[in-house]
Amino acid sequence: MTEGTTTYREAMREAIREAMRRDERVFLMGEDVGAYGGCFAVSLGLLEEFGPERVRDTPLSEAAFVGAGIGAALGGMRPIVEIMTVNFSLLALDQILNNAATLLHMSGGQLNVPLVIRMTTGAGRQLAAQHSHSLEGWYAHIPGLRILAPATVEDARGMLWPALQDPDPVLIFEHGSLYNMSGVARPGPVDITGAALRRSGTDISLIGYGGTMGKALSAADALAGEGIEADVIDLRVLRPLDDATIMESVGRTHRVVIVDEGWRSGSLSAEIGARIVEQAFYQLDAPVARVCTAEVPIPYARHLEEAAIPQVSAIVAATREVLAS
Amino acid sequence: MARKNKARTTLNHELLRKMLRIRRFEERCVELYSAEKIRGFMHLYIGEEAVAAGVCQALSPDDTVVSTYREHGHALVRGVPATAIMAEMYGKAAGCSRGRGGSMHIFDVTRGFYGGNAIVGGGLPLAVGLALADRFQGRDRVTVCFFGDGAMAEGEFHECANLAALWRLPVLFACENNQYAMGTALAKSHAMTDLALRAAGYGVTAWPVDGMDALAVAEAAARATESIRAGAGPHFLELRTYRFRAHSMYDPERYRSKAEVEQWKKCDPIDALIARMKATGELPDDDLALLEKEVAAEIDQAVAFSEQAPLEPVEDLATFVCSPAPPPSGTTPVSRAEAAS
Repeated sequence: MTEGTTTYREAMREAIREAMRRDERVFLMGEDVGAYGGCFAVSLGLLEEFGPERVRDTPLSEAAFVGAGIGAALGGMRPIVEIMTVNFSLLALDQILNNAATLLHMSGGQLNVPLVIRMTTGAGRQLAAQHSHSLEGWYAHIPGLRILAPATVEDARGMLWPALQDPDPVLIFEHGSLYNMSGVARPGPVDITGAALRRSGTDISLIGYGGTMGKALSAADALAGEGIEADVIDLRVLRPLDDATIMESVGRTHRVVIVDEGWRSGSLSAEIGARIVEQAFYQLDAPVARVCTAEVPIPYARHLEEAAIPQVSAIVAATREVLAS
Repeated sequence: MARKNKARTTLNHELLRKMLRIRRFEERCVELYSAEKIRGFMHLYIGEEAVAAGVCQALSPDDTVVSTYREHGHALVRGVPATAIMAEMYGKAAGCSRGRGGSMHIFDVTRGFYGGNAIVGGGLPLAVGLALADRFQGRDRVTVCFFGDGAMAEGEFHECANLAALWRLPVLFACENNQYAMGTALAKSHAMTDLALRAAGYGVTAWPVDGMDALAVAEAAARATESIRAGAGPHFLELRTYRFRAHSMYDPERYRSKAEVEQWKKCDPIDALIARMKATGELPDDDLALLEKEVAAEIDQAVAFSEQAPLEPVEDLATFVCSPAPPPSGTTPVSRAEAAS
């Protein structure tokens, strides 16, 4: 690592540390966040600094501790609840959907739930079907939630504080392949309302987020060698979607490839494709293309897993096809 | 004399008033449902009034309550105005949840009433969290969570009993054992039907109570809340009670006999308390008549209020999905994403 850089993991840890120092209402709760230091070592050292009340190990009871986070938020706290992985979040889906996302509306505006839930998502580490889901698109279906997907060290560092200032529940999806990524993270909050243009081009709009961003950028580099210049959009916020940034890009490039680690059917990529058709149909010079995960449970064997999830070569191939049409 | 103008307020009188308010309110709800003024799911508490009256008798105004979809009674005795509850069931803007909740989602945050939850067991984690927030902030409060025997089969109960006991949180688990999870009898859904014993297995102080006796419930709740306030951790009361009416307005009651229901109606908690008070001379006939009159007036007023209350404008459909506060801001990132290593 070079001077001034940090890892995605350390950036996230610094963000938690800063939030806990700045606001005594903030506490971290989840499985193995304390003595173990976090399943992915994100919270390593925080127990020593803040003690077991504020860095709170929980039993393996996702519904109870996520729901307790909601209750604590109702009671005036600013909890950060860590769910070890998105796969386990299904055990807390009732609390997230039926309570966190719903209470404000169902109570006629009486109950805010200022809660942040962090979890790891994604495939690519040979963890097989039950530990490789990318279900953030499901959560992005739910009104009342804000869904964030930091793809950079800067966003890993800067998204948490504004998320904690949001009076409504925010879910942060951290792709498991990103924790060791290094980069520069300025202290201070980042925007959590919109997408970011990570690369500018005129020939194609590559749209991705989280774990697919590195692949989209690598594909853009490869395409540049062929004289194809790509716009690369990092969605960053999966709900509410930043339609304006997407449509602005499509208006310039007239061609789109959406990269999504979710399964194709009913995916976030399907939603984005539909919005482009609704809002920018006459800007398109070619059909919208998608590179998604194959509709199979993610297999263990490396070659099978690689074949199942979006790869740079598939993004490049899809782009060539769109440009040829 | 003063007492001619207002019913007396001994403990028994207070319990009787609470129970009568629930009973008469819900009897009116049935009429209004038939008249199609109230729609959707509506679950009646009739028969179980001693539980809400007795448990809430032990609470202070600062205490917090999390309830179920059968919550009209809990809301009423916690001070949520009958007007706001009735208007909510009418789907009016003046309803406590601005017409977005209905019968199952009564909320009143100013009175510490956190709903109104239609997912069986779904309120339990909220109660644990509210109690945790009280611990963090040094508030001397008890959070009561009402739930039924059906919720004892849900994982959320077992997770929450363990968590509350582990962290010694100030929670009172008020299990309303009305013998049926909708239409499934307790013994048909639980291998072990001693619910208090099962709660005790988590290290929660627990005991069964005659849930048809308001005074017994009030005494048990007072004992439990005192112990919780003294730092003894969560307590669990198995309140053995019975629902006289159908589960909801759509229930043909094929799962129990009329004879069984009639047998339980002989234990009507309101009749029982009235009989006891009359026997001791605590309740002269004119006192009861006065109480009934006051309760009827309150309900008449709630209905009249709800009839004339305006509807929420359709333009406000999406209000309260997200907070009106401006979206959180920060600098817009401009850096190129680092390639995943």
